[in-house]
Amino acid sequence: MIRALSFICLVILWQAASLLSEPRQLPGPIIVAQTIIGEAQSGALLTHLLATTLRVCAAFLLAMSLGMPIGYMMGRIRTIDRLLDPWIVILLNIPALVVIVLSYIWLGLTETAAIGAVALNKLPNVVITIREGARSLSQELEELATVFNFSAMNRLRHTIIPQLGPYIAATMRTGLSLVWKLVLIVELLGRSDGIGFQINLAFQLFDMRLLLAYALPFIALMLFIETALVQPFERRVSRWRNNDA
Amino acid sequence: MMLEVSIEAKAFISDKNCSKSILNTIRFCLKEGEVGAVLGPSGCGKTSLIRIIAGLDKDFLGAVSYPRSWRLGVVFQEPRLLPWRTIRDNLKISTPHEQQEYCAKLIDIIGLSRHLDLFPGQLSLGLARRVALVRALAIKPDILLLDEPFVSLDEQLAQELRRELSRIIDASRTTTLLVTHDIDEAIALSDRLYLFSKTTPASIQEVFVNPTPRQALTPEAAKGLKQKIVDSISREQIK
Repeated sequence: MIRALSFICLVILWQAASLLSEPRQLPGPIIVAQTIIGEAQSGALLTHLLATTLRVCAAFLLAMSLGMPIGYMMGRIRTIDRLLDPWIVILLNIPALVVIVLSYIWLGLTETAAIGAVALNKLPNVVITIREGARSLSQELEELATVFNFSAMNRLRHTIIPQLGPYIAATMRTGLSLVWKLVLIVELLGRSDGIGFQINLAFQLFDMRLLLAYALPFIALMLFIETALVQPFERRVSRWRNNDA
Repeated sequence: MMLEVSIEAKAFISDKNCSKSILNTIRFCLKEGEVGAVLGPSGCGKTSLIRIIAGLDKDFLGAVSYPRSWRLGVVFQEPRLLPWRTIRDNLKISTPHEQQEYCAKLIDIIGLSRHLDLFPGQLSLGLARRVALVRALAIKPDILLLDEPFVSLDEQLAQELRRELSRIIDASRTTTLLVTHDIDEAIALSDRLYLFSKTTPASIQEVFVNPTPRQALTPEAAKGLKQKIVDSISREQIK
């Protein structure tokens, strides 16, 4: 309720500000809404939205599926941790833009380069979070699994993943927001479709209407994914905690 | 077919690289179906002994041997349940497929049927210990290791559980090693009783054999045995 009220206030504020400023600098919500409808009807909005969403998903999945096993191994095996730790530190400290530009130079302005660069930026974040989780795995439960001869599958499903759950949820959450911000940048620098590309176009034409008409639906979609997918997952993995006597 | 334990020494590396010896020359064996009890004060290395026999601690001098086909069931000192699974799932996960039916029977005997849908965090300690006991028994172990299984339960419940446990391991002829600091519990459950010394490193100070089969233990016989044990403990203290 309060959230809805706050949202309405924002829209009213926006309308008021647009009335006070030059329309080219800040178009009002109604004009932007009309533009969004127009772009949606032409099909352009959906095309670009889909292109960006696919890139977000691909980069996110790639980073998670590489980062989780690496982080787990680093958390469990000391030698691997020592071996890979400097790489992770370096990767963590390279500015995202450098990775993106290098990747475009070396691999060309391709889809692989775009998605790879985003995934590479996200990777150290996943690795470090999962490593922390793997380090804190309970030794007692590991012994339990050993004594009771758990199969590798059962060990993973019932002892390891539930313990890593909160860490996975945390890295998913920070990961998603990082990935979609970066995807816009790679699109702006070297792709010819997607929200980032359209925003760049609008920027060069100095078309604030178009810019907002692409930015807002995309933000809405990411918010939807966060609340409809990520948060329920987070609640699910921590469900048993709420049952403490 | 027996469990043979022959530990020459077990030490922990404590800080500053100086090692602390905790077990010294522990030798005993249990025949199939026999129940042994290790009696000693807390902190004397009993849990280390259990961990060594269970194969969780391989850093010791000596050997533990039993037939390769024997299955091991362990009740840890704390219940050690998977907190994110219900009691039903906890039992189901650790019990092999062909033993599920037997597990259901045990759930009934130990009185857990009403609690199967709860999570471990919702259980009292007594209930959680019962779940851990059922979990260990359900795999039909050939060796059962019990680490203070009834500590901090009220006496009435503990007695009831001891009776049930005794009946179950008799019926299945499970070789059992019980570790406890409770003299009465050790007498009530075991055929042979190993009294650990209070000194560090701990060694076996004296071995007592239950005069009668434990199933037919009379209160007088139990009393006599207890007196002997108490005497032995106080003799050591005077020394």
